[in-house]
Amino acid sequence: MGRLSIKEKLLKWGVATSAVCMLCEDEEESQVISSPNGFAILSSFPFPLLFILQIGGDKGAMASNMFVVPQTRGTVLCCKCGISMAPNPANMCVTCLRSEVDITEGLRKHVTIMHCPECDSYLQPPRTWIKAQLESKELLTFCVKRLETDLKKVRLVNAEFIWTEPHSKRLKVKLKVQKEVLNGAILEQSYVVEYVQQDHMCESCTRIQANPDQWVASVQLRQRVTHRRTFFYLEQLILKHDAAAHAIKIKQMDQGIDFFFANRSHAVKFVEFLGKVSPTKSRHDKQLVSHDPKNNSYNYKYTFSVEISPICREDLICLPPRVATSLGNLGPLVICTKVTNNIALLDPITLRQCFLDTEQYWRHSFKSLLGSRQLVEYDVFNIEVVSPEYNVGGSKYVIADAEVARVSDYGKLFYIRTHLGHILKPGDRALGYDLYGANSNDIELDKYKGLVLPEAILIKKSYEEKRQKKRGKPRPWKLKSLDMEVDESRGRANEQKMDSEYEEFLRDLEENPELRFNLSLYRNKDYQPSEMVSVSDGDDLPSVPLEELLADLELSEQEDGEDSMRE
Amino acid sequence: MATRLQFENSCEVGVFSKLTNAYCLVAIGGSENFYSAFESELADVIPVVKTSISGTRIIGRLCAGNKNGLLVPHNTTDQELQHLRNSLPDQVVVQRIDEKLSALGNCIACNDHVALTHTDLDKETEEIIADVLGVEVFRQTIAGNILVGSYCALSNRGGLVHPHTSIEDLDELSTLLQVPLVAGTINRGSEVIAAGMTVNDWTAFCGSDTTATELSVIESVFKLREAQPTAIVNEMRNSLIDSYV
Repeated sequence: MGRLSIKEKLLKWGVATSAVCMLCEDEEESQVISSPNGFAILSSFPFPLLFILQIGGDKGAMASNMFVVPQTRGTVLCCKCGISMAPNPANMCVTCLRSEVDITEGLRKHVTIMHCPECDSYLQPPRTWIKAQLESKELLTFCVKRLETDLKKVRLVNAEFIWTEPHSKRLKVKLKVQKEVLNGAILEQSYVVEYVQQDHMCESCTRIQANPDQWVASVQLRQRVTHRRTFFYLEQLILKHDAAAHAIKIKQMDQGIDFFFANRSHAVKFVEFLGKVSPTKSRHDKQLVSHDPKNNSYNYKYTFSVEISPICREDLICLPPRVATSLGNLGPLVICTKVTNNIALLDPITLRQCFLDTEQYWRHSFKSLLGSRQLVEYDVFNIEVVSPEYNVGGSKYVIADAEVARVSDYGKLFYIRTHLGHILKPGDRALGYDLYGANSNDIELDKYKGLVLPEAILIKKSYEEKRQKKRGKPRPWKLKSLDMEVDESRGRANEQKMDSEYEEFLRDLEENPELRFNLSLYRNKDYQPSEMVSVSDGDDLPSVPLEELLADLELSEQEDGEDSMRE
Repeated sequence: MATRLQFENSCEVGVFSKLTNAYCLVAIGGSENFYSAFESELADVIPVVKTSISGTRIIGRLCAGNKNGLLVPHNTTDQELQHLRNSLPDQVVVQRIDEKLSALGNCIACNDHVALTHTDLDKETEEIIADVLGVEVFRQTIAGNILVGSYCALSNRGGLVHPHTSIEDLDELSTLLQVPLVAGTINRGSEVIAAGMTVNDWTAFCGSDTTATELSVIESVFKLREAQPTAIVNEMRNSLIDSYV
């Protein structure tokens, strides 16, 4: 390997080699030695000259080695106008330079932009519409982006808006640019670009204007039961998870709710959400609306039909024999305790709990025997605890023998076994199903030969008396509701029914903390806790503890459109 | 008096001419305009000599001289040397020197008393300069540039230097040269002063791009307004002639 030339050696050490060319051309006659501060090149031709080169531009180190004279720049006269100025590469004062060279020559000063008056957005070709307020950061970015091709030639230093009358349809932006001119001098100049706003409706606004009821996908949610408890609960769940955020219209129908979306994917997402919170079965279909033969594009209307299982909480169910055996011979009469995407069934006699998956349910679907509408009030005369406390799926139950009679008919006493031994005391009221008096037409029941039905099954404790006292008084909490269109064809009677059902739903929420778990309850600002209530109530009436309540958000302009408060 | 002219459409007059108090060298151009401009100003006073150096026309940058002598680089041909010796007055010593840095006009800035040279000039050359030109030699840089001959135009009355020269540097150079110095530009903002103009004690020639401001600066620093050629030449003659016989 031959010796490296000086130039290569210096290059290896990262020193600019332009200094080397003047030193020596002959390699043999020089040596390179390294020293603590740098390195030295000895040139022996024509006579020894020592040059010390510093590695790196460390001026501090230089100052410590040599005395450096402070340099102050003098002034020269501008070659054109003769005023005194600091020397610059062009040696002309800024004014003269500006008069000579115009760096904004060739840059656009007038640009046209499209603006949609409906949604206050601006078109960025070819297709994007950017929503921006007047004199906002987004609008400034958009304006500068429209000038991108121009700004490649110069360097943009600053951009700002100049105020224009909002109705003038003109935007003015002052741009400061820099460019190199003549021999190395960088000139900075500011200039104004005027944007003319042309009104042009964007596609989505055009579509909405043309047909305001235009939807692309709809989800028809149905539950074949006579009450609307499920839908009240679902409404709260949807609000909590914001699942219907993309819905353009929500319509309340008989036995269900219809949701309309502008996009098929939104509808699919909503259907999946429903599948996660309730046991559903869905079907979908599409209908051709228009067809463009030239580019083979098709416009469809998509419909999703979602059916929720008719089993609700507190329903009494007689399981078909197949299902009963598949669940391990669960006594044919069961109570449904919880419905999410699984159905929890509790046998009140044996206190066994089983879960039914959505698919499992729909494989062999069944209806409930008696629903919460058919609950009857019972008076409890005597309770005898039979078993110790069992913890079944998070809740405690105690089996007890009870002596009960219907409130409407004190004449007939029933001796029944109930699982509510932990909360019932003599003198309490309870709600339960009157199997003695019920006339059931269930096919499933007939399949069981030799089944002895209990005369009554108690479901829950009744707080009716205590509620009487509180009637008319506002609750300390409230719920939000979805903006739904209601079919006006139904009459007043329905409205009353709806109100009473809603009131029952609210009571349900008060009594069941696990039901409240998934929902958001808001503090009712109008509620004033009065002295009287706290004295007389005691601890019997279950109510929502204040810690669970969310502080109500101040309604903003946006929220007003979507939600409305209901007390 | 400062004159504006061009050599074959180039404003770099100092490249193609060399002006001193005793003679003037001019390059051979395509048309005679350049030569006649010098002639009209200087004909009666000093000889104007058309020449080339080593076959090139950039004579202003290749040679350095004052009223006492002229130094030419090693690649000057013998004929050119002879021509110069013939044409110039006898007092002017024409000397060819062997120097690695052959563009003597770029390396040496001199007037009749003092010279500034490139920092890397040979010691020998320095001695020859001191000898032939009769000057005191200082190695210096101007605004950090080592080519002092290009960035400085010097006469016995004053000097014009590179515009970026700092005030301390100006003071230092002024003390060395014992003449007033000013930092300025030539030919519409060009920093290469000596290439754009050539000057002696009573006249200056600048490129035609020179603005009025620059011209006024030149006239003031070189004190050209009240200068009369005859007075200066007579002064020279007086010092040259020892005695009347």
